[in-house]
Formats: sequence, structure tokens, C-alpha cells
Amino acid sequence: MMDPQLPCEAEVVERIQESSSLVTLRLRLTDEQARNAYRFMPGQFNMLYLFGVGEVPITMTSDPDDTATLDHTIRSVGRVTNKLVQLQVGERLGFRGPYGRGWPLSEIAGQDVVFVTGGLGCAPVVGAINYIAARRQSYGKLNIMQGVKHVNDFIWKERYDQWRALPDTQVLLAADVGTPVWPWHVGMVTELYDELDYDAENTTVMMCGPEGMMQAVTKHMVKNNIDESDVWLSMERNMQCAVGLCGHCQYGPHFVCRQGPIFNCRELKPFFAIRGF
Amino acid sequence: MQAKHGSLFLARNHFQRLIDVLVGEGYRCIGPTIKEGAIVYDLLDDVAQLPRGVRDHQSPGVYSLQVDADPRWFSWANGPQALKPELFSPRTVMWRVVRDETGLVFQPVQPKQESTAVIGVRACDLAALKLQDRHFLEGSYSDPHYQARREALFLVAVNCTSPAETCFCASTGDGPRATSGYDLVLSEVEEGFLIEAGSARAEQILAALPTAPVTPAQEAVAAETIEQAARSQTRVLDVDGIRKDIQTVLNDSIRDDSIWEDVSEHCLSCGNCTSVCPTCFCFSESDDGGLQLDESEHIRQWDSCFTQGHSYIHGLTVRSDTKQRYRQWIVHKLDTWHDQYGSSGCVGCGRCISWCPVGIDITAVAKKITAGKLS
Repeated sequence: MMDPQLPCEAEVVERIQESSSLVTLRLRLTDEQARNAYRFMPGQFNMLYLFGVGEVPITMTSDPDDTATLDHTIRSVGRVTNKLVQLQVGERLGFRGPYGRGWPLSEIAGQDVVFVTGGLGCAPVVGAINYIAARRQSYGKLNIMQGVKHVNDFIWKERYDQWRALPDTQVLLAADVGTPVWPWHVGMVTELYDELDYDAENTTVMMCGPEGMMQAVTKHMVKNNIDESDVWLSMERNMQCAVGLCGHCQYGPHFVCRQGPIFNCRELKPFFAIRGF
Repeated sequence: MQAKHGSLFLARNHFQRLIDVLVGEGYRCIGPTIKEGAIVYDLLDDVAQLPRGVRDHQSPGVYSLQVDADPRWFSWANGPQALKPELFSPRTVMWRVVRDETGLVFQPVQPKQESTAVIGVRACDLAALKLQDRHFLEGSYSDPHYQARREALFLVAVNCTSPAETCFCASTGDGPRATSGYDLVLSEVEEGFLIEAGSARAEQILAALPTAPVTPAQEAVAAETIEQAARSQTRVLDVDGIRKDIQTVLNDSIRDDSIWEDVSEHCLSCGNCTSVCPTCFCFSESDDGGLQLDESEHIRQWDSCFTQGHSYIHGLTVRSDTKQRYRQWIVHKLDTWHDQYGSSGCVGCGRCISWCPVGIDITAVAKKITAGKLS
């Protein structure tokens, strides 16, 4: 068996500058056998290794049915990512994965879906939205809520325009700080709750963003007759081994890298309400 | 595993034979020696290296050795480390990567597999070993480095006759008698050792030793000494009770978390407790390119939940203050460990009490938590 702690080689086949600090690297595993064997679900992640520097966990935004290349959207926020985003087409890096549990996308076929994201990029949710967009007829009404602090933080405008054009789909955008040309809501994204369109009996909520925001949204949704077991969220913790051994990603009894990073909100009790776990 | 023949007697002057037979079977022998004023497990080829007549005096923040007229060699409780560094190495090279014109080539580093016999393993260390086994081997993924070292291990337990003031294994149910998980188990009496095999391969070792039948008097003395060792322990940890109390306190801390401030008030966040804890398993991974530009090593090293880096995510530290880190250690060790591995993460060895530079006592903290729950 291949050691899941040992990377294999990947090559950058395309580099897309999404914003000043955000880059999508389209990667291809150079080993044909590894490439053909690779399977994932949106929400799972890989460990990307920059030669001599280190590894970081990065989720995929591309479609799981096409594993010839794998899109990784990376924000430069630290020692490893600052350099990863500078990799150019043809350059090589280390790659191991996928790890963890993804979104329950096949289990929720037929249901209405509400995506709520806050902050920058929210790649874990983008992968799931892309998945549903590509299989639009298999799901009910689709709601996409995205809140950013400042208009300048909003990226992937074209992508949101494409989603908005899908049947039975609405995209609700909000920026805490707007500009005269920002056509969408100015204020908290949660002020747009009333515009959501879903059947509470038959809806799944998927979230990504600051934990405080996800707690507030969970509270609101549950108050509006969504069952807690239908609320899923993406958690982040320090991850180094990705196989549940190094201990950094522990969140209460969970190892986020193994039992997560996608959790049902019931699983996170009682720790979700307490700061610093 | 119950031995077929029960105990035999090994006279003190034949103890060297045990080491020699193990070495003859290809084992590297490790056992208690004295180094820099502490019991340290190190290479052992001569019984003269054993800590004869040595007692360890341990209390919160205190560890010291004293020699007296006691003829015994194992009349001490424990040192800062025992089995953990043998299995979960403090530093392991996981893989190497070479960069050439074509790209990156990743090379696994073969796990180190050296047959090792550890003499003088305590019941608390065996209990901790079982927990480390569950973590490193019995999850969805087995760590090859731990596994190689584990498979190469031969364990010679010695029942504890002289707990330190800091010990509380009797209350956690992990000692002082070693009941399973060993190859050989010894009970020390004045004139020698009662010795019993716990595995088939140990029967062979035992057969090669000049043993004699055990007298009923020796049997009685050995049993009474271990029972006395249990009775002499003054510290107590109720592993089921404290778990419930922590859960109550956590629920309450949504409103008021002052109890954690109280119990962590003196903590320096130094990580000594996690280093000496035989069950702590956290490690960090890093890369060492050295001065070469075309080669790099990927390394894992022991880490501690008391470091700032432990909970770092993209520019943010989840547990930014000592209170939160202390709470993490206590909640993990005494509560969520049960969820993860089916039992408490504390085996009552008391090391974290002795080696804490400010003498924080986990049993006293547990009492405070129990007394301090709001509801």
C-alpha cells in the first residue's frame, strides 16, 4: 500500500490569478497510475508541498468527475502559501490526498439547497456549488448567499453571474462596506434571510466562513424550521499530518482532518459554542 | 495472556543472565539507569547499571533521587520517560525529496526496526502503551514508523513496589501491578525476583534462565508488597467522575469560564507536562533543506498543545492564551480521550505533577473542577 504520508509529484498546468492574493493552480499528477486512481468529493482536501518549505491543506474547486486536472484555489497568507501562489506553469510540487470527509452531495439529491458563505473565497463551498451547478436537474431550489467585508474582497464575479443564470437559482450578495457601483446589498449578508426561497422540510444548508457567522446562521435556520441534522459546515484547524495522528486539528473529540473538515452541526456540540477549542 | 506455569524464582545474582539471554536472542537491552540525577531508560548490559537502593522523591515540581540501604534495584516509581521515546520517537525523518531537472522525486525513509527489550516497564507505562497503540496503530491508518518499533519490542515489566507521592495509578485502575501487555513480568523481593511469562516467546527466554520454584512465603511477600504499594498512594483521580464534571463545567463555561482561569493561573505554558506524559501524541511536521539546494527532509517532532503554533491557522491562533491551552490539555486528557480511545488519557503516573516547574497537580485541578462546577 502507498504510504498516505508520502507525497507524489504534481505539475502546474495552469495558473489563474483570481485576485491580488488569490491564485488557482490547476494541477496534474505526473504519475499516470496515481492520476487514474485519484478520486475525491468536494469538501475533501489535499496536502500541497512546496519544495524545502512545507505542506498546506488545500481543497479542490473542480469537478470530481474530471480528475485529469485538479483545481486548487490558494490564498497567500503564510510561509508556504506566499510561495505556492508564485508557482508558474510547468513547475512541480508535492501532492498527497484526498483526505477527510466531503459534503454529503449525493445523499441530498433532490433537496433544496442553501449555501451561506462569509469572508474571502470560501473555496470549500465553491467546489460544492460547482458540483450542483453541473448537475442542476438533480437538486431542488438553489440559494447562494455570500457576504464579504469590503466590495474589493468579492471575487469570481463571472462565476456568480453564471450561477445566477441557472434555473431556479438565486444569488444573494452583500458587502459590509459598499461602493457606489456595488449593485448588491450593503450590510450583513444575514439581512437577506427573508429573500431565501426553500422548503424547510426538504432543505440542506451548507456553510463556510468564520465560526461566529456559522453559529449565527445555524441559529437562524433552526429557528426557521430547518432541522439541525440538515445543516453542514466546513471547519478549519491546523493540519499537519492529515491522517489523524499529529493532534493539531482536534476539535473536541474530533480530528478535523479525518472526521471533517465537513461536519454536521450536531456533531460539533457542545464545543461549537465555546471559544478557543 | 496467562502464563502456563505461573511464577518462578530468579535469584538476584542470576539477574545478569536475563540481560545476557535477551542480548543473545538479538535484543538491544534498555533499562533504568541513573543519569543527571534521574532514572533514565538507556542501554543496559550490566546489572551494575541498575539503580540499586535508589528511591525517587517526587512531589509537585520536585524530583530527586536518594540512595539508602535497600538491597532492591527497582524500589523507585519512575523517571521522566520510559517507553514513549522508544516507540514514538521524539524526532523522525519521514521522507526525503530530491529535486532534479525533471522534477521532484519523493523517497520514503524506511522505518527503523531494531529488536529492543525494555527491562523495568511499569504498569502505568503499559497502560499508556495501549493508548498509544490505539492512536498510532488501531485507527483508520497505521503509522509505519511506530508499527516497526512496536513489533520489534520485548517488554519486561517490573511490578511497582515503591510509588512516589505523586503516583495515583491505583485510582485510575492502571497499576501498580502489571496485568497484561508484557512479555515477562517480575516482582522484586529482597533475595531476587518472581518471574512469569506473558507471551509464548517469553517462555523460551524463561526456560533459558536458572530459575527455581517460588516458595509460598516469597509469593505472599511479593503480593503484599504490591498491595501495600497501592494502599500507600494518597492522590486520587476518579476518571469517570471527572469526565462528567468537565462536561458540566464546559456547558457552564458558555456563560462563565472563570474556573479555567483559576486552574491555569500558574501555568507557564511550557509544555513539560506533555513531554513527560506517556500518552501525549502530538507532533509537528517540518522541512529541513539543510544547505543543499536540491534535497530536503520531511521531519516530525514531538509537539505540545501548549505552544502558540499548535493551534495556528492562516494568521490566527485559535488558543491564543494559556487558559485556553490548559483547558485543551485537561479536556482532551480527561474527557474527549474517552470519545477517541474508549478510556481516560491519564494513567496515573504522576509525571506531569513532578516535572511541572510550578508544581501544578492534575489531581488537585480535577478536585477544583469538581468543586467549581456551577450546577
